[in-house]
Amino acid sequence: MIGFFGVCSHHFLSAATFTTIANQIPDLLVMSVGMTFVLLIGGIDLSVGSILAFAGSVIGVAALRWGWSPWAAAAAGLLASGAAGALTGLVCVLWRAPSFIVSLGMLEIARGLAYRLTDSRTAYIGDTFDWMGNPWALGIAPAFVVAVAIAALGQWILSRTVFGRHATAIGTNEEAVRLVGVDSRPYKVAIFAASGALAGLAALFQISRLEAADPNAGVGMELQVIAAAVIGGTSLMGGRASIVNTVLGALVIAVLEAGLAQVGASEPTKRIITGAVIVGAVVLDRYRVRRV
Amino acid sequence: MADPTPSLSVRKLGKSYAAPVLAGVDLDFRAGEVLALVGENGAGKSTLAKIVTGLVPASSGSMQLDGTAYHPATRAEAERAGVRIVLQELSLIPTLTIAENLFLERLPHRWGAIRWSRLHEMARQAMARVGLDDVSPDALVAELGVGRQQMIEIARNLIDPCRVLVFDEPTAMLTVREVDRLFAQVRRLQAEGVAIVFVSHRLEELAAIADRVAVLRAGRLVASGPMADYPPDELVRLMAGRDVAPARTPGPTRAGTPMLRVKHLGRDRVVHDVSFEVGRGEILGIAGLVGAGRTELLRLIFGADRADAGEIELGEPLRARDVTSPKDAVAAGLALVTEDRKGEGLLLADSIAANVSLGNLARVSHRGFGLRTIDRPAEIALAEKHVTALGIRCSGADQPAGELSGGNQQKVVLARWLERDADVYLLDEPSRGVDPAARADIHRLVDDLARRGKAVVVVSSDLRELMELCDRIAVMSAGRLVETFARDTWTSDVILAAAFRRDSEGKGAA
Repeated sequence: MIGFFGVCSHHFLSAATFTTIANQIPDLLVMSVGMTFVLLIGGIDLSVGSILAFAGSVIGVAALRWGWSPWAAAAAGLLASGAAGALTGLVCVLWRAPSFIVSLGMLEIARGLAYRLTDSRTAYIGDTFDWMGNPWALGIAPAFVVAVAIAALGQWILSRTVFGRHATAIGTNEEAVRLVGVDSRPYKVAIFAASGALAGLAALFQISRLEAADPNAGVGMELQVIAAAVIGGTSLMGGRASIVNTVLGALVIAVLEAGLAQVGASEPTKRIITGAVIVGAVVLDRYRVRRV
Repeated sequence: MADPTPSLSVRKLGKSYAAPVLAGVDLDFRAGEVLALVGENGAGKSTLAKIVTGLVPASSGSMQLDGTAYHPATRAEAERAGVRIVLQELSLIPTLTIAENLFLERLPHRWGAIRWSRLHEMARQAMARVGLDDVSPDALVAELGVGRQQMIEIARNLIDPCRVLVFDEPTAMLTVREVDRLFAQVRRLQAEGVAIVFVSHRLEELAAIADRVAVLRAGRLVASGPMADYPPDELVRLMAGRDVAPARTPGPTRAGTPMLRVKHLGRDRVVHDVSFEVGRGEILGIAGLVGAGRTELLRLIFGADRADAGEIELGEPLRARDVTSPKDAVAAGLALVTEDRKGEGLLLADSIAANVSLGNLARVSHRGFGLRTIDRPAEIALAEKHVTALGIRCSGADQPAGELSGGNQQKVVLARWLERDADVYLLDEPSRGVDPAARADIHRLVDDLARRGKAVVVVSSDLRELMELCDRIAVMSAGRLVETFARDTWTSDVILAAAFRRDSEGKGAA
């Protein structure tokens, strides 16, 4: 794919393109890591885009209106987004409600809160967090490094730890896990909380780039995030996931985005092609699974 | 007596996936005859049944139906030719009524609107053929017990004329009474000239119904002949290809000090006021009809369902324990092997190693960065230890559990709990759907548990199994524990009588 865009656009294989992708990808990447775990346990989190906006609003309002230090504001944003995710998880667990519906509710709630907090206006925060997005070289900024570190940590947790093993087993056969004496509920709440907090982290990355908290940020982002995980072979039925593949999935989405923009594709065309790629990836994955 | 003409004959039939599962099988299915098809799991009997009924294509060989070539490509094609199969897994739609299920693909209608009275009439006739006259065709399938659902599955296959009818493990889920009813129908079909094939592990039942038997081992036909010529012991030997020693020789009761005491345990309509005790080194059997509350009782003890009433005391010396979740139960030294090992026990897509270590991960992991890290080599070693000790037949500890035969899957679940080293083992139908050799292995394991001083509770619908294995047998009926027999006082007759007793009394009172 990279080759294709390289041929079609003289500018694609340039440092500038790489910088663009390296700049955009941290948000998508960290949220996809969270989503991969959510999908792994057989859940889904539709609220991450809204939670991103909510977290950004908290950071913006805390820094501007309440006069908190930037670090305290950032911590408040992460905490708020983590709490929103944990709330989704808690409701799912306590009332055995499907996460599709609960997170759909959270999608509206978090977006509403974002508008409330900011009075529907973009909050200009200034350059406090610019250093996060300012590249050291080749577009590699601290945000990019943090995102890669989180992906690596996610892969380690998934494949090497008891937590990851139990999460996988919950997605495969929750009743079997319960009957060996492992309570699945804390795992679910923790994973939804992590998914929310990672959306908060993505908000921080965006603020560092845009110097502003926009209550309209992240609209439809949940679909990109789910697409990244699914292109990476994560099963929507739970029990099968790999962070490494999710990272590749996020790359596919980001490269498509940047590449299609460079070859001059219009916004509608971009969406059509991106949609086709998602479906194609899933169809390919079916063949891969059948062979195994 | 001259051989009746075969309805269906197969010659040199073979099937290979990665490896051959069926090779060069010659067999005749004769009109008006019941053929028992037996073999260990993985011997190829299900494959044979599926080829004959069009569910899977053969790799080699030929088939003839009434003298003409017969090669069904699909199940529908086989059914049009009059060759049908009643599968073990039910394929009914639980949210529809009996009548709708029976005639789903051809609901009588006028301009798209279903003609209910006509449908009921048709359904009543179909149900009468299997002796189901005590339920309304309007009843939802979900509201019926498994046994009745199975009868409806059978009824559906008898709607159209049938030349050959294959039953895959038809009695595994049925109560004694339902089995009788099924056999009566089989005899009637036999008299009508249908060729009937029974795939089953229950040798005693086959002796009662089958005329002829065919034994498969490792994909080949190793013996066939009149059922009367093959006593059960001989069949088991033929299936296994070796002598299978009985699990244990009956001895005196070995109960030591009590390890589990259940007092007045109950849960609304399913279990009423059940009290019993199991001692160290003792195996207590729980007999009863399907639906008598046996599985529910085990789940209550284990905290998988919440009890409304009663107490549990555990350990040595006995100590009251508040068990409200499986987590509590495991911490208190209980183990539960459920009857539905695929749905509630195994991670089918995952390796044997992952299945054995589930619940035992603390033993094969160490602390690191705040989360426990799994030690992969230790995990594999743990699984390999059990694979060897229990004789689990597999390609290695990394083979997915879903690829194993029923008996080997059950051993994997047992390995998990053996590793856990509980004090009290609750085993629900430990040998259901398991071939005779694996069954004997499992019985030896259970016996061994008792010898090592564990208290064991075994629920089984197979009375012979309980009478072989247990020190005492408690009988449940309609949610109550009605009677307990010691080894020297029981016979299958008195146990059955007890199982039916409260059932009918309950109905009379209600």
